[in-house]
Amino acid sequence: MTAQTIHTTAPRASAGGRRKPLRWGQIASQAFLICACVLWLLPIAFALYVALRPYSETQKYGYVSLPHHLTLKNFSDAWSQSDMAHYFWNSVLITVPSVIIVLALASGLAFVLTRVNVKINVTLLIVFTAGNLLPQQVIITPLYRLFLQIHVPTFLAGSGLLYNSILGLVVINVSFQLGFCTFVLSNYMKSIPDEMYEAALVDGASLWTRFRKLTLPLCRPALAALATLLTTWIYNDFFWAITLMSSGDKRPVTSALANLQGQFVSNQNLIAAAAMIVAIPTLVVYVLLQKQFIAGLSLGSSKG
Amino acid sequence: MTDHELDPATAGAPRAPRRRRRVGRLSRRDKAVVAVLLGLPILLDLAFIWGPALGTVGLSFTKWNGVGGLSTKICQPNVPSILNNGCLYGVQNYHQAATIYPEFWPAVRHNLIWLAVFMFFATPLGMFFAVLIDRGIKGSRMYQSILFLPVMLSLALVGIIWEFMYSQNYGLINTVIGHNHNGNAIDWLGNPKLNLWSVLVEASWRQAGYVMVLYLAGLKAVDPQLREAALMDGTNAWQTFWKVVFPVMRPINIVVMVVTVIESLRAFDLVYITNKGVNGLELLSVLVTSNIVGETQRVGFGSALGVVLLVISLVPICTFLYLTFRRESQPKGAR
Repeated sequence: MTAQTIHTTAPRASAGGRRKPLRWGQIASQAFLICACVLWLLPIAFALYVALRPYSETQKYGYVSLPHHLTLKNFSDAWSQSDMAHYFWNSVLITVPSVIIVLALASGLAFVLTRVNVKINVTLLIVFTAGNLLPQQVIITPLYRLFLQIHVPTFLAGSGLLYNSILGLVVINVSFQLGFCTFVLSNYMKSIPDEMYEAALVDGASLWTRFRKLTLPLCRPALAALATLLTTWIYNDFFWAITLMSSGDKRPVTSALANLQGQFVSNQNLIAAAAMIVAIPTLVVYVLLQKQFIAGLSLGSSKG
Repeated sequence: MTDHELDPATAGAPRAPRRRRRVGRLSRRDKAVVAVLLGLPILLDLAFIWGPALGTVGLSFTKWNGVGGLSTKICQPNVPSILNNGCLYGVQNYHQAATIYPEFWPAVRHNLIWLAVFMFFATPLGMFFAVLIDRGIKGSRMYQSILFLPVMLSLALVGIIWEFMYSQNYGLINTVIGHNHNGNAIDWLGNPKLNLWSVLVEASWRQAGYVMVLYLAGLKAVDPQLREAALMDGTNAWQTFWKVVFPVMRPINIVVMVVTVIESLRAFDLVYITNKGVNGLELLSVLVTSNIVGETQRVGFGSALGVVLLVISLVPICTFLYLTFRRESQPKGAR
């Protein structure tokens, strides 16, 4: 919208001579963006194309050839042969609790840090934010030993340890994402006017009520944006699942892909189909919740 | 920006007494709520983030294969390593990494190349996309959606998808350029001279979209009147961008720089899915991991590599924290 005003005012501001270069600039921009978009879509489109073609046909004509017929059989084969439903279920078991717990903990923490005058609140916020910025590999070595040391009841984790358990992955995903969410939410909560809290205080609202009934509803847009972002990030996580889980059958679907790749090594079409299936949940988010996702990213960066 | 809106309302004289009053009003139940809301996340953060981060530093001075306990004994030279387990090794791990560990310097070099490509290619490209799209040319929303698409995909998936582009015999690139026969096939992902660059194309493909989205958010915050005023003055679009828009985006520039550095230090998934990070694709992150999840566990040595990563990453982290929190601690000092 901002740009439209520029385009209407610019030619008026200067004489007709300026119009031409502006139009050329437009054409060049369009051409550049179209080229970029084609390049950006090409790898995904090609993988999809491979996935849609029967194995026998690609063996005969090569992968870069015109289609004789297209089929969804690779998708159903990849789904059934690799027990993908099971891995998807693992992803759900890890992602859903992680997102809920992170948002619960981070909103509580952010509320205290912004609305209660704890002496060290800036320090705490710095510690949490910094923790989220560390590369995962900095902490993995002791974390790996720690996960092998911590025993948990078998009804929580089949392995009896945090290592190699769904619970363990929930714990590390929650801990690791806490910093970012706290940072974003505390920035958001700071923008709530003090007057609203004063009014609540006059009404005699307790701290918990001020958090639960006043702050959380006001933070709904930020929470929705963060939930979208976190779901995608945790679903896409590869590193924690690769390092903190030994057995393939407990891994979430993103890291199980590495195994599938070995399993289908002779049939590229199946790998492509499996990859496309794994991409579907993020693509659903992309189509339905793109605005939320981008809002989440911008919330994290709009503070200087 | 929100701070600016709030400041006039709260910066006045009543602020200090009001704060005191607020604290004074905390009932016992309120205090319990504060304790729980603060305690749980702090506990998690200390146990699983900062505890291990400090643990990395501590373990880096030991020699340990993960079996048996650690002791405060100093490692004996010329003793079979089985007797020298869990002992204090001083800075030997660092010394070995820098002198006799063949993968170390290539990994550092690859990380630096990764950073340079992100900084001088992917980031400017993303910024350029954002600037073009922000000018609201026809179809800008569609362009934005397409360029943003790879950001949604996991890096593991990106690696797999690009293998169809790069594959020697059936890949799109080799087929199109006619290099897909046994004699002349280009091994994009296998040739140690090429594969880092091939993987960097994949990484930039995703990173540029990410940077674009961050900048688009920043550009939206630029007051359109500023730009109009600049255009009225007869400055062209190029000058307007550098003199008016870019300086206003300073906070975003900082965030993007931090994201760029941190992402290039974290780079792991792509090389791991491509060839597990060997043969031209060594990175510090991969070396750390392979020393703990591999068959021979060298906990102390892996930790030393982790500390190298930690020290490098502290530079962008501290810069970011300083620039972000400087303003918040200032009024406190003034009061």
